[in-house]
Amino acid sequence: MSGKKAMHDEQSEGTSGINDASLMETRLPGTTLGSDIQAKIGQHLRAMYDDVVRQGVPDRFLDLLSRLDEPAAPKDGSAPDTRNDGGGR
Amino acid sequence: MTAFDPTLRDDIIAAIPNLRAFAISLSGNVDRADDLVQETLLRAFANLGSFRPGTNLPAWLFTILRNLFRSEYRKRRREVPDSDGAFAATLTSNPDQDMHLDFEDFRAALDTLPPDQREALVLVGASGFSYEEAADICNCAVGTIKSRVNRARRRLGEMLAIENAGDFGPDMTTRAALAAVQRG
Repeated sequence: MSGKKAMHDEQSEGTSGINDASLMETRLPGTTLGSDIQAKIGQHLRAMYDDVVRQGVPDRFLDLLSRLDEPAAPKDGSAPDTRNDGGGR
Repeated sequence: MTAFDPTLRDDIIAAIPNLRAFAISLSGNVDRADDLVQETLLRAFANLGSFRPGTNLPAWLFTILRNLFRSEYRKRRREVPDSDGAFAATLTSNPDQDMHLDFEDFRAALDTLPPDQREALVLVGASGFSYEEAADICNCAVGTIKSRVNRARRRLGEMLAIENAGDFGPDMTTRAALAAVQRG
C-alpha cells in the first residue's frame, strides 16, 4: 500500500465498481450492439478528441515552459546562448 | 545551463494537445482542463528527476494529470457542478448538420458514463494507449480497464442503438436522465 493517493483510488474503486457491474448485467432486451455502432462510437470519440488535439498548443503553455526553462538566476556565463537545440543527438 | 533537456522539452510540448483533450474529457470544462494541464506541467517540471528517460513520457504526464484531477475533483465536486458540453464548446467547425446532431447525441451519452468508465474509454479509444498503459495511468489492473472499457462501449452502444432505432423515441437528454436514475 503506497501513499494517500493510492488509497483514495482504491476507495473510489470500491464504490463505483461493484454495484455498477451487477447493474450492467441487466441488458436491455433486443439491443444487439452491432459492430457498426461500435465503429461509430470509436469514430465519434476520436473525432471529438482530435478536434481538441488539432487546436495545438495554446500560447499560455509555451510561455509557461519558456519561463520554466529559464535558469533561476543568470549565471556569470559569457554565452548568451541562442537556444541551444543544436548539437549532435 | 537550461533546466530542460531540449529533447524532453519538445516531447512535453508534443504531449500537450493530448493532455488537453484528456483533461477536457475528465473535467468537462475547458478552463478547468487548461488549469489542470498547467498544474500538470508545473508538477512534471518539479519532478523531472523522477522521470526515467526512455520510458513512456506521455503516460507519465497523463498519470500526473489524472492524479491531480482526482484530488482536485474530490475537493470541488460539491462546489461546482460539472458543466456538460465541454467538448462541443471546443468544436472549431461543425462538419455538417447530420454529423453535428450525431455529435450532440454522442456527447450527451458520453456525459452519462461514470468517470471511471469514461476515462478508460478515452485513454484506450482516443488517446491511443494500450490497456496496459491505461492500467498504469489509472493505477489499476489491466482486467479492470478492460471491463470498464467494455461497459462504457456497451452502455454507449445501447443508448445510441436506441436513438437510431426510432425517430420518435425519447431524446438523449431524457435517455441520459433515465440512465442516471438507474445508475443512482
